[in-house]
Amino acid sequence: MTWVNAIVQGILLGGLYALFATGLSLGFGVMRLVNLAHGDLAILAAFIALSSATTLDINPLVTLAIVLPGAFVVGVVLQRLVFDRVVGVDPAFAIVATFGLSIVIQNALLEKYTADTRGLYVGELETSSIRVNDQISIGWLPLITFLCGVGVLAALALFLKRTKLGRAFRATSDDPEAARLMGIDNRRVYGVALGIAVATVALAGVLLGAQTSYDPFIGPSRLIYAFEAVIIGGLGSLWGTLAGGITLGVAQALGREYNSQWGELTGHAVFLAVLATRPTGMFGKVQA
Amino acid sequence: MSNQSERLLDIDGLDAGYGDFQALFGIELHVDQAETVSMIGANGAGKSTLLKAIAGMLEPTAGEIRYAGELLAGVPANRRVANGISLVPEGRRIFPSLSVEENLLVGAHIGRKGPWTKQRVMGAFPMLANLAGRSAARLSGGEQQTLAIGRALMANPQLLLLDEVSLGLAPVVVKQVYEAVPIIKGQGTTILIVEQDVNQALKVADRVYCLLEGRISLTGTPGSLAKEDVTEAYFGLASTTEAGA
Amino acid sequence: MIVSNGALAPGYSVRRSTLASRIFGIVALVAVVVLVVLPTFAGASTKFKMVELLTLIAIAQMWNLLAGFAGVVSVGQQAFVGLGAYGMIVFVNNQGFNLYLSVVISAVAAMIVSIPMGLIAFQLRGSYFAIGTWVLAEVCSLVMINNTSVGGGSGASIKVTDYDLATRQDVTYWFAVVAGVGAIVLSYLVLRSRLGLRMQAIRDNEAGARGLGANVYRTRFAIWTIAAFWTALAGATFYLGQIRVQPTGSFSVVQWTAPIIFIVVIGGIGTIEGPVIGAVLYYLFREQFKNQVTWYTITLGVIAIVVALVLQKGVWGIIRARTGLDLFPVRRRLVVERREPA
Repeated sequence: MTWVNAIVQGILLGGLYALFATGLSLGFGVMRLVNLAHGDLAILAAFIALSSATTLDINPLVTLAIVLPGAFVVGVVLQRLVFDRVVGVDPAFAIVATFGLSIVIQNALLEKYTADTRGLYVGELETSSIRVNDQISIGWLPLITFLCGVGVLAALALFLKRTKLGRAFRATSDDPEAARLMGIDNRRVYGVALGIAVATVALAGVLLGAQTSYDPFIGPSRLIYAFEAVIIGGLGSLWGTLAGGITLGVAQALGREYNSQWGELTGHAVFLAVLATRPTGMFGKVQA
Repeated sequence: MSNQSERLLDIDGLDAGYGDFQALFGIELHVDQAETVSMIGANGAGKSTLLKAIAGMLEPTAGEIRYAGELLAGVPANRRVANGISLVPEGRRIFPSLSVEENLLVGAHIGRKGPWTKQRVMGAFPMLANLAGRSAARLSGGEQQTLAIGRALMANPQLLLLDEVSLGLAPVVVKQVYEAVPIIKGQGTTILIVEQDVNQALKVADRVYCLLEGRISLTGTPGSLAKEDVTEAYFGLASTTEAGA
Repeated sequence: MIVSNGALAPGYSVRRSTLASRIFGIVALVAVVVLVVLPTFAGASTKFKMVELLTLIAIAQMWNLLAGFAGVVSVGQQAFVGLGAYGMIVFVNNQGFNLYLSVVISAVAAMIVSIPMGLIAFQLRGSYFAIGTWVLAEVCSLVMINNTSVGGGSGASIKVTDYDLATRQDVTYWFAVVAGVGAIVLSYLVLRSRLGLRMQAIRDNEAGARGLGANVYRTRFAIWTIAAFWTALAGATFYLGQIRVQPTGSFSVVQWTAPIIFIVVIGGIGTIEGPVIGAVLYYLFREQFKNQVTWYTITLGVIAIVVALVLQKGVWGIIRARTGLDLFPVRRRLVVERREPA
C-alpha cells in the first residue's frame, strides 16, 4: 500500500512540475526560445513572497496578489530587453544571456538572503490533509497545487482556443511573418507569452516554497524538472505537459520509495529513456 | 495618365534586394483607386520582391513608396495592414494549426471596418463555408489559395496584393481562383496582382506592367499590347537589329 | 580571377598568414618555452595559479570550439571535468594504475562515456540541447554521489602518498601547460583542417553546407567527443593538483561552466584569441576581488549578458573588427599581388 501512496504523492507532485513546465512550454511554443533562468525566477518569486509576507505581516499565499502581476510585468520586460534582441541572431546568445541571468539571480539572492534554507509558512494548510485510509493521505496543500496546475493548463488551453489573442499566439507560433501580414504585432504577442510564462512559474515557486524548504540555488533543478516534464510529455502539447509532469513525479516518488537516495536519478532515468527511444515524447507533435 | 490624387499606390525610383543581390532597379509604377493592375514577368524577375516591399516585409534601398499620398518608409508591416494594405503571400502561408474558420478570424485581427465579414467571405467562397471546421493543413492547393485570399479580405483592405496565386495549381483550379477577382473588384477594392500566368493576368487587369530582370520593360492596357511586344518584354529576347550574336 | 582549369589567375594568391600572425608565432613560441621552464624559477603558489589559469583556458577553448565554431551550445561541460576528476579516483585509488598515466586514461574514459551521452543529447536542438547536457551532467554527479566506491556524497582523495610531492606539483603543472597550450593548438589545427572548414560552413549557413554534402551531425559529434576528451584532461590535471575530489565541486556549474562561458563570451566567442584574453581578464579580476565572490560573479554575469545581447563580439572580436588583426591565421585571404592591365 505504501507503493500506492507513493504513486498518489507522485501524481500530486506532478501537478507542481506541470505548473513549472507550463511557462517553459508556452515560451518555446510561441517564440522557440527557452529561458534558462526559468527556475530561478520561481525561486525569486518565493523569496519576494517571503519578504512581502514578513513586511506586510500577511500569509504568503495572499502576497500572490502582488507577486503574480509583478511576475507578468517582469516577463514582458524580459522579452523587450533580452529575447527581442536575440531574435534572428545566433541562438547561442539567447542561451548565454539567460544562463547569465540565472547566475546573476542566484548570486543576488545569495547576497540579500544568505544561503540559509527558507520556507513559506502558510498556516494550517501546511499540515492539514485528507485521510483516505491508513497508508494514503492527501495533503491539502499538494492537492491545491495539483489543482492549480490543472487549472492553469485548462485556462491556457481555453485562452489559446477561444480568444482573439490566443488565436494570434497560435498563428504567430505557426508563421511569425505571415502573422505580421495579418496585422499582428509579434513583439506584443511574445511579451504577453513571456509574461504569462513568468507569472505561472512564480505561482509554482510560491506553492513550492509553501511545501518544501528552498534556498537561492535550487532554481536550476526546477528548470531541469520542468524541462524533463515537457520532453516526456511531448513538445507542442499542453496536456502532454501535465502527463509529463505526472510521469516525472510518479517516477521520482517510486524511486524514493525504493531507496531514499534514488528519487532524482529515477526521474532522470525515465527522461533519458524517453529521449533515447521516443524523442517526440508521449503526445508530442514536434521533435525538440 | 491619372493625376496624383487618384493614385492609391505610387512608386518612384524603387531599388530593393536581398543582401548583396539587387532585385529591383528604379521601379516606377502606380495604381489608381479601384483599379486592377497586373504585373507579369518570368520567375526571378523581381515581382514578389516588389509586393514584399509594399507590404513591409522588405526595406527598399532607394526610392519611395506612397500609399494614399503618405510615404510608407518606416511603417512596420503589421501597421500597414491597419492602413489597408493586405498581402496574399507567395506560397499561401495559411496557418496549419488553425482551422479554416480560425484562419479567417485571424485575418480579421486588425478589426478594420468594411464589407467583408466572415459570413460575406464564406458567402462569396462557398467552398470555405463547407470546410469551415477543417484543419487548414489538410486542404488542397486550390482550397488553401482561396482561404488565403479570403483571409486577406477579412482585413477589409483598400489595396489587395496578390502574389503568384496560380503557382503550383492546375489550370482548372487557377481559373476558379481567378473567379474571385471580379467579386473583390465589385466591392471597390484596388488590386495589384503579380503573376507568371500571362493569360489570366491580362484577362482581369485594367492595366499591365511587365517586369524583366528587375526593370519595367513594358506597360499599357491589355487591349493595346501586341502579343509579340508582351513576349519580348517578358522574356527579354534581343531584337534582330542588335549587333553581335 | 579563376582561369579555366580552376587555378587562380597570375597576380592573385590565397594566403593564410599575415605579418602580424608571423610575429605572433615567434612571440608564442617564446612564451611556450618560458612556460615550460617556469618550474625552475617559480614557487609553488605561482605554479598553482598557472595550473588554474591553464586548465580554465583549456576548458574555455573547448567550449568555444563547440559553441563558437560548431554551433553546439553546451551547459554541461562540467560533466567532463567531473568525469576526469573521478577517473583519477577510479584508476589510481581503485585500480592501482600509475598516477600520471591515469590523467590520460581518465580523459580517454571520459571521451568514451561522451559517446552515449552525445547520442542522447543530440536528439535535442538549441536551448533544449543545452538543458539536456545539464541534465546529463547532473546524472553523472548523482551516479558518483550514490557510489560508495568513489566516496559517495563526501567524495574521496586521490591516493598520491606513494609519489614525491615536488615532482607531483611539477608534473601537474606541465600537464596543465599541455592542456592549456594544447587546447589552443588543437583549436587552431581543427579550424585549419577540413573538419574545421565544414564546421564553419555549417555555422555560417547550415542548409547551404548540407547542400554541399557536409554531414552536420557527424561533424558536430566529432567536435563533441574531442571537447569531452580535452575537458576531462584538464579536469583530471586540476584535481591531480587538488587531490580532493567531491561531487559538488567537480561537477559544479558555478565553479566550472559559468566562468568558462563568461570567459569565452567576454573574451570573444568564435575566435581563438578570445578565450585566452577572457581567461586572463577573468583571473585577474577574480584575484582582485577574491573576497567578494558574489559581487564579482554578478558583475561578470551582467557583463556577459550585455555582451551577448548587444555586442556579441567580445573583447577580441572588437579588436579584430577595428584592426583586422588575426594572431592565429585560420582565415584564408585573397591577396592581389599586382594590378591587372587596364
